[in-house]
Amino acid sequence: MTQAEQNMRRDVSLRVNGEPVRHAAEPRRTLADFLREQCGLTGTKLGCEHGVCGACTVLLDGEAVRSCLIYAVQAAGAEVTTVEGLDRDGELSPLQEAFRENHALQCGFCTPGFLLSALSFLRDSDDPSDDEIRQALSGNLCRCTGYQGIFRAVRQVADSLAGQAADGGETP
Amino acid sequence: MKPAPFVYSAPESVDEATDLLNMAGEGGRICAGGQSLAPLMNMRLAQPEHLIDLNRCRELSWIRADEDGVSVGAMTRQRAVERSAEVHARLPVLAATLAHVGHFQIRNRGTIGGSICHADQAAELPGLLLACDGWVEARSAGGDRRVEAADLFLGPFTTSLRPDEIVTMVGFPALAPGTGWSFLEVARRHGDFAVAGVAALVEADGQQVQASSVVVIGAHNRPLRITEAEAILQGQGYGPDVRDAAAAAAEAAIEPGSDIHSSAETKRHLAGVLVRRALDEAFSRAGRVGGQQ
Repeated sequence: MTQAEQNMRRDVSLRVNGEPVRHAAEPRRTLADFLREQCGLTGTKLGCEHGVCGACTVLLDGEAVRSCLIYAVQAAGAEVTTVEGLDRDGELSPLQEAFRENHALQCGFCTPGFLLSALSFLRDSDDPSDDEIRQALSGNLCRCTGYQGIFRAVRQVADSLAGQAADGGETP
Repeated sequence: MKPAPFVYSAPESVDEATDLLNMAGEGGRICAGGQSLAPLMNMRLAQPEHLIDLNRCRELSWIRADEDGVSVGAMTRQRAVERSAEVHARLPVLAATLAHVGHFQIRNRGTIGGSICHADQAAELPGLLLACDGWVEARSAGGDRRVEAADLFLGPFTTSLRPDEIVTMVGFPALAPGTGWSFLEVARRHGDFAVAGVAALVEADGQQVQASSVVVIGAHNRPLRITEAEAILQGQGYGPDVRDAAAAAAEAAIEPGSDIHSSAETKRHLAGVLVRRALDEAFSRAGRVGGQQ
């Protein structure tokens, strides 16, 4: 882009959960609002809109980011993963299943953000310690559960990944 | 909690970006990682008319780590530097300090240059740059210039950079042989802003301190180099008395304000505690073979 453009809606094209999307958006529209309002993917939540609570966390080109701090125009051409992209043909992913088994959610508002953060962390880490898991989860806030079920779910998946490492592993 | 309207540009080169910044004048604002700017814009504490996004300037994203130290392009992601094996080998204090910057999701997007330019007085990277006697290079239509860290941080969110300048790289010199390091901070929760933090470097020959660098963050209106503490340590045999005198000098030098997280007295107290601990840790690291461990 070599010219300043007027503040009008312009087409923004990216891929969300493997599918191409294209919608008109003002430059000031955040990626979070673009996903929710224009893509109809309301799994990504707005909690604080200043980067602290983690409810808006999505994957951008594979990395966990705050979608409330990115403008949709900045994500043009990128690959975004939201919570709607985690299930396997309607079956819960191993990470989602672990959350269910470990009572890691009550109202569920923080859950999408936690799932994407945990997914990103588990992909990047190798047999993490309890402290490393807690640190990794510290960027997402939960008001309902007291966090222990969330920790147990992530611990369980980390253990299962470590156990499967010899077989080539399974994506969480 | 939605930003005010703005014109948006995403130049693909620094020279294009400086042209845009010149054209935009007072209403122009550079967007790096956006992890500090976007919150301000979302809360309408900042309302730039023209946002100039550097995320497509690939030339600003690089890491060089060698015997001279670590230099990075201004748009290099904090997470990339934190996870770089070469940075861990050449300047482990930088990787260790980055672990305190927000959370990993913030560091995936936040940049080294952006944090330096934002110059939050509680921020870790400005404090470390100051402690290491680092520098930045900045470009404007008039050319490039180098700004030393000691001349960079003037006050809260205020640097000596001109409005038409774009920082292109950030440099951390290598530590002198025999130098140990420490970075410590206290925050209410992991990832919160520092209530107080300290970066300490101690170059020692056996028990004797050859040189040191002590910087306090979060307890003054900018990161503060405690030259009084360094003078106390200079040439002395390291021990609890010298260390405590240095910490007392730090407590006297800073002018903390009170905020919702802590009173000025608490910040002053914490700064002293952290200086003592950081000096012990840095001196201990200096004593290990090769230092810098």
